[in-house]
Amino acid sequence: MIIVNSNNIDFVENETVSGLLKRMKYVFPNVVVKINGRLVKRTDFADTIIPDKSEVSVIHMISGG
Amino acid sequence: MVSGQIPVEEYDTGNTRHKWDVNKLIRAHRVVAEYAYKKGEIQKGFANRTLYINLSNNEIKEKQVTDEMKKLFTGGRGFGLKLLWDSIKPTTRWNSPENELLITTGPLCGTTQYPGSGKSLCLGISPSTDIICDSNVGGFFGPYLKFTGFDAIEIQGKAKHDVVILIDGEKGKVVVETAPLEETNSHLANEQLTYMYAKEDSDKSRQLISVVSAGKAAEHSYWGCMNFSFYDIRRKVCRMKQAGRGGLGTILRDKKIKAIVAKVEKFTGVSNNPADPNKIAEVGTKLHREIRDLDRYQCNMRVVGTSHLVEIMDQYDLLPCENYRFGSFPKASKIYSPKFYELFTKIIPDGCWHGCTMACAKTVDGFEVMTGPYKGQKVTVDGPEYETLGCASNMSLWEPREVLEFNFYCDTYGIDTISAGTAIAYYMEMYEYGILNQKRCDGLELCFGNFEAVMGFLHRMAEGDKGEFITIAAKGIRRVKNWIKEKGWGDQYLIEECGMESKGLEYSEYVTKESLAMQGGYGLTLKGPQHDEAWLIFMDMVNNQIPTFEDKAEALHYFPMWRTWFGLNGLCKLPWNDIEPANNAETKEPAKVPEHVQNYVDYQNAMTGWNVDKNGLILQSERCYNWQRAMNVFMGRGRRKDDWIPYRSMGPVTEVEYMSRKDRYDKQLVEKIGLNQNDVEKMSVSEKIKTLYNWKQDQYQKLADAVYYRRGWTPNGVPTPQKMKKLGFSDKKMLDMLEKVIDEDTKKGLNHWCGKYGKGEKPPSIDPKYWEKW
Repeated sequence: MIIVNSNNIDFVENETVSGLLKRMKYVFPNVVVKINGRLVKRTDFADTIIPDKSEVSVIHMISGG
Repeated sequence: MVSGQIPVEEYDTGNTRHKWDVNKLIRAHRVVAEYAYKKGEIQKGFANRTLYINLSNNEIKEKQVTDEMKKLFTGGRGFGLKLLWDSIKPTTRWNSPENELLITTGPLCGTTQYPGSGKSLCLGISPSTDIICDSNVGGFFGPYLKFTGFDAIEIQGKAKHDVVILIDGEKGKVVVETAPLEETNSHLANEQLTYMYAKEDSDKSRQLISVVSAGKAAEHSYWGCMNFSFYDIRRKVCRMKQAGRGGLGTILRDKKIKAIVAKVEKFTGVSNNPADPNKIAEVGTKLHREIRDLDRYQCNMRVVGTSHLVEIMDQYDLLPCENYRFGSFPKASKIYSPKFYELFTKIIPDGCWHGCTMACAKTVDGFEVMTGPYKGQKVTVDGPEYETLGCASNMSLWEPREVLEFNFYCDTYGIDTISAGTAIAYYMEMYEYGILNQKRCDGLELCFGNFEAVMGFLHRMAEGDKGEFITIAAKGIRRVKNWIKEKGWGDQYLIEECGMESKGLEYSEYVTKESLAMQGGYGLTLKGPQHDEAWLIFMDMVNNQIPTFEDKAEALHYFPMWRTWFGLNGLCKLPWNDIEPANNAETKEPAKVPEHVQNYVDYQNAMTGWNVDKNGLILQSERCYNWQRAMNVFMGRGRRKDDWIPYRSMGPVTEVEYMSRKDRYDKQLVEKIGLNQNDVEKMSVSEKIKTLYNWKQDQYQKLADAVYYRRGWTPNGVPTPQKMKKLGFSDKKMLDMLEKVIDEDTKKGLNHWCGKYGKGEKPPSIDPKYWEKW
C-alpha cells in the first residue's frame, strides 16, 4: 500500500513515478512529485521507483482559467 | 518554426475579401459632439486623467486621477469601481441612462517588455445580474486608450441614433458622430472602421487603430459581449478578443454605440514612461526566456492556446458534458487540442498585444461558414479557446467545424460563448425531460447535439425574432427558470437545480461536484460564477492540499485577491501560472509560483516608482475586492442568499447522474457522511441523492461561514465598516450604508453562522458579531 495525495493506493512492485502518474490518470504536465517529502525532478520520473508504504504527493499546479 | 508553420511572406488567409466604399460611409456621418484635449505624456504608467462622455446630453470632459485614487484603487478595475460609485444609485439597472460602461487600463497596461500586458478591464451594471460585472479582454484598445491620453473611458447616457465614438490620439480630439450605414456585426464593423480611420491605406496605419463593437444579437440578448479588435499585420485581418461576461455588449448597444475607436499616432516600448525601464526589461526578458524554453514541455500554449485543457479536463472528469451532468464523455477526444492544431494557422507570434511571448491567441483562417447570413464566405475565426470548447461538450457538439461555426457567430453577433453555451445546454436538458419541447421552443428541436438548432437559435436571436421562447431564452437561464415555473411545465427541483447560473450569470466550463472549494470559487464571488476569481479544483479535489474549511477559506481569500490584482493593472493572468519556472517545484509554495509573484512586485515598482512588497499587492486587491462587494450590498445584493449555487454544481441532481458515478457517491455516503455500508446498499437511489443533497448543502454553508469570517464579513456576507476602515477607506456614504445594512440584517435575524455544527465541530467564532471587538 502507498499513500498518494492522502488516498490509499495499491502498491505495485518496481513502479516508477511515470508509471504511477499513468495509473492514476494524472495527465496534467505541471506536477510536482514528492516521495516521503523528497522532491523528484521531472527528468527522473521515468527512473525513480516508488517503495512500498511510501507517502507520495503529486501536486498539480493550478492552470487554466 | 513550429511544425507546419507557414512563412509570413507566403501566407494568404484565403478569406472572402470585401471592398468597402468608406467615403460613402463617412458622408453619412453627422458630428453630434466634439471635444479637443491637450495631448500629454504617460507618467509612470498613468495618463492621470479619465475621459467622461454623456451620450444623452453630449457632454464630454476629462476627470483628473488623484494620488488618493491611485492609493485606494490602484488603477484599472479599481478606477472603474470608483467612477461607478460616484455615478450610480441603488436603483440603477443595466438599461438606466445613468448606468455606465467603463473601459479601463491600469498602470502596467501597454508595456511591451513583459508578456500579457495588454488587457482592458470593462465594467457596468449587468443585465444578467443587476450588479456590477467586470470582464477582462485583450486586443489593442486598452493600451491605445491610454496612449491617446486616458486611463479609462466612462460612458453614461444613451444616444438617440447609432453612433461611433472616436478617440483620436493623433489630433487630441474626441468625436461622437452618427454612423447609420456601418455594419453592426463585429467582424465587418471592425474592418470598416479600421480602414475608415487609418491615417493612410497601409497595414502600419491600420495597426494603429483599435475598435470596440458588439453585433446584432447583443441588441436582443443579455449575453452581449464587446469585441476588441487588433489588426493582425501578418494575416491582414482585424482579429478580435472578447470582453465576454455579464452582457457589457448589451449595454453598449443599448446606449446605441455602434463602436468606440481608439487611434494612436505612434507608441514605443517605453510609452508608459516607467520609473525604471531597465528593471522591467530585466524581469520581462527572464519570463520571455522561460516561455520560449519551457512552454513546449508544460502547457503548450504557444502551439494550441488554452485548447490543451480539453483533454486534461476530460481525463480528470471535469469537462462539462450534457449540461454538467458528466465530467467526461466517450466522444470528447474529437475536440481535443490536436484536432484544432490541425486547423489553426501556424503563424506566430499570435499574441493579442505586442511582446506577449505566450502567444496563445490562435486562429483558423479561411474557414468556410456553413449557415446564416455569411454562409459560403471564408472568414478568420479567433479561437476556439477552452471555454468555448467546454460549451461544445456541454451542448454535445463534437465536430470541430461545428464548434468553429458556433464560435464565429457568437463573436460576430456579439454574444458571450460561455453564457450562450451554458444556457443552451440547460435548455437542451429541459428539452430531454419534456419540460421544453419543439412547440415551446418556437419550433427549435433543442436536443443535445443538434447543431442546426443551436445555430438556428443564434441566427434568430440576431434577427430579433419575437418568439416567446427566443425572447426569454436570449435573456439567460435565470429568466427561463422563472418562465418555465410560471408556465407550470415541470418539476421545480429539476428546473432550479439543473440550471447552471448563480446571481443570474451562467457558469463557465468546469465541473465542480467533487471540489467544495471550487463551488465556493464560483458561488462566493463578486460578479457570479466565472473562474477568474479562483480555480481551486486541482488543489482541492486532486492534491488534497486544503482539507479543512479553514484551509479552503484561506485559499478563497488568497487566490481571489491575487487574481483581482491582474485586473487592477491591465494584465493577463496566464503568464503567471500557465508557465512555471524550472525550479518552481523546489519552492515552499509552488501553487503561488513565488518567482512570478516577485516579478510582479518588481514590475509594478519599476513602472510606478512605488515601493510595495507581495503583501502590498494583496492589499491593493483586497481594497477593491471589498469595495465591489460593498457596492453589491449598496445595490441590494451581496448577501448570503445571493451566493446561492445550483445543486448541479455540488452533486448529482438526477438518478442518471448518480448511477453514472455510483461507486464514488456510495463511497461518499459511507466515508464522508458515516452511513453503514449495508444500509447504503438498501437505500433507493432517490434516498441516496436526498441524503447526499442535505450533506453537501450543509458543507457549502459551513464553507460560506469560514470564507465570510476569513474575509472579515458578517455571517450574512456583508463587509463590515471596521474592515473597510482597516483597508483605509473613510467614505462616509459607504461606511454609513454598511452600518445600516448590518443593523437591518441583525434585526431580521440574519447575522448568524448557518452551518449545522455537530460534535467536535465549531463555527468560525462563538460571537457572530466578532468584528465589533476589533
